[in-house]
Amino acid sequence: MTFTRDAFARTRSEGRAALVGYLPAGFPDVAGSIEALKLMVDAGCDIIEIGLPYSDPVMDGPTIQAAALQALQGGVRTADVLRTVEAVAATGTPTLVMTYWNPVERHGVERFAQGLLDAGGAGLITPDLTPDSGAEWIAAADARGLDKVFLVAPSSTEDRLAMTTAASRGFVYATAVMGVTGVRASTSDLAGPLVSRTRAVLGAAASDLPIGVGLGVSNGTQAAEVAGYADAVIVGSAFVRTLLDAGADAAAGLAALRALTEDLANGVRRG
Amino acid sequence: MTPATNQGPDERGHFGAGEVAWGGRFMPEALISELDELTAVWTAAMADPGFTGEFERMLREYAGVPSMLYDATRLSEHAGARILLKREDLNHTGAHKIRNVLGQALLARRMGKTRMIAETGAGQHGVATATAAAYLGLDCVVYMGAVDTERQALNVARMQLLGAEVIAVESGSRTLKDAINEAIRDWVATVEHTAYCFGTAAGPHPFPAMVRDFCRGIGDEARAQVLELTGALPDIVTACVGGGSNAIGMFTAFLDDPDVRIVGFEAGGDGVDTGRHAATIFAGEVGVLHGARTFVLQDEDGQTVESHSISAGLDYPGVGPQHAHLAHTGRAEYLPITDAEAMDALALLARTEGIICAIESAHAVAGSLQLAAQAPGSTILVNLSGRGDKDMGTAIEWFGLGGPAVEPEASPVGELAETSEGAP
Repeated sequence: MTFTRDAFARTRSEGRAALVGYLPAGFPDVAGSIEALKLMVDAGCDIIEIGLPYSDPVMDGPTIQAAALQALQGGVRTADVLRTVEAVAATGTPTLVMTYWNPVERHGVERFAQGLLDAGGAGLITPDLTPDSGAEWIAAADARGLDKVFLVAPSSTEDRLAMTTAASRGFVYATAVMGVTGVRASTSDLAGPLVSRTRAVLGAAASDLPIGVGLGVSNGTQAAEVAGYADAVIVGSAFVRTLLDAGADAAAGLAALRALTEDLANGVRRG
Repeated sequence: MTPATNQGPDERGHFGAGEVAWGGRFMPEALISELDELTAVWTAAMADPGFTGEFERMLREYAGVPSMLYDATRLSEHAGARILLKREDLNHTGAHKIRNVLGQALLARRMGKTRMIAETGAGQHGVATATAAAYLGLDCVVYMGAVDTERQALNVARMQLLGAEVIAVESGSRTLKDAINEAIRDWVATVEHTAYCFGTAAGPHPFPAMVRDFCRGIGDEARAQVLELTGALPDIVTACVGGGSNAIGMFTAFLDDPDVRIVGFEAGGDGVDTGRHAATIFAGEVGVLHGARTFVLQDEDGQTVESHSISAGLDYPGVGPQHAHLAHTGRAEYLPITDAEAMDALALLARTEGIICAIESAHAVAGSLQLAAQAPGSTILVNLSGRGDKDMGTAIEWFGLGGPAVEPEASPVGELAETSEGAP
């Protein structure tokens, strides 16, 4: 298994930001998502986030909702998500699962953590679980050395930034806008200040925890801009969009996915 | 107004000290600071006589509260027990919901918010929120599942007339849970100037406790009214339970009365064994939904299962965490009532007392009739949480009402008082 710290060691030695790419498992179907995620690795993603499709995704906009719904209607199960992790992690690229909390709790926190470890997964990103509500996950992750990626937001107080970064391992996920996931025409002017505040908190704690910035990036130019101040550029909806737009034409979808990944990978190298 | 401090939650929003920490706050980080601030402002407001005095004045002068307690003698005769109805259906906007929204709207104003959003199932909470927004001069947007905008068209029109924008939610199962998802998505992006007026005693801390405390006047009033009328506490207190705001509002006053049996009635839909129901406590399992750990209708993977009920207001696959706690400890019982049983009770109440209640409330009436049969001669306090004007479309379809005049003996409703077989 590869943890995200190995990926960041490499990108930092190359003097650039990491590209983190997201797709939900089971979208367009389980085999299709594995193929697409491996292609994203091949085309330049440094870290992979696999979404666990959930019936009530309150932090997701229409694009990811549509993909998750398609995956659920196709019958994707938690076991399929872990199978997808196994296939992608086998490439040697650190692979995280991004999931709302109830599917983990329902599966059993210990059982989920062990299944993730056994599949070669690096850890979890938890959009609706904050460290102050996450004692059980933190214990399960710490017992196995799994990454715990928690989120910070423009509305986070300094106390919460300190608490959240102290609890995070792998990186901390800075949600750069106040809003749900989705492609945005321009990157948010809230991102820079949030990253600066987070860096100040990390500096005070003498921590080198990387900061990933997410929500809204859709092209190399934006990626380069964000890479100018962040350790990782996180892209989700734009990847999902390429496959949604291609519909039944899987080859066209994968071609667009490859082109987008390469554009973004070039972007993080310009930042 | 006395805070229900002895009934929880703790400062983290957890009910109960047992092996399950009910409630809590499973929410995006982006909303946590706002929830912290809301908790602080609400706590301070409840200790501020200026705030509580204004709240009580608004309830009295504007909302028609305290609502009456009604001794339903003809229904009692039919039931074989003394049925007392807490007439929340007579409140302004037609349900207990006005209590909660006036409290939350006052808080919104205190926090300097200019806009309120809400989710709604049956539309009663949406109408109440639109009303409070108009009353206090706030912008208002209401999210409502597309399935519900169809079956509750009258309430959509009411909200629009009150100046609210109603957004039909097409995602997911297109009902109440999806309306909540959409409202949370709105709130994440607008939290700086927007208050989320949550419609039930569920969701992340502080909503379960806050909504309870704004609604607890129901039980506080009823307890005093019953004592005055009968000289004793009721034997049984009942309410319908969807998310559970009217029920917790009623139950809170009686939780420390060990001799009072407390029973909530959930929506049994087509019958719990059919899988088409909304009996979350009776048939659900522990999980996290909309920010709280509670009972959830879910599959093996933790995906929320769609609920079913003839009553839009009970059609929710979660339930307030304090109800989960009360069920877990056994202090309250929760039982399912089918669509057919509720509709029979609706007709019976209409014919015996001249009161057309909401289909939600008819679940409490139906359940109380069953309890009366088991405990003849007892006194049963029922929260009649809302009125049925909004449900006439459903009633017309269910009973085959309207159309050409029919002979009295051939009237479909005419048979309902005697039989449970009136359902199609």
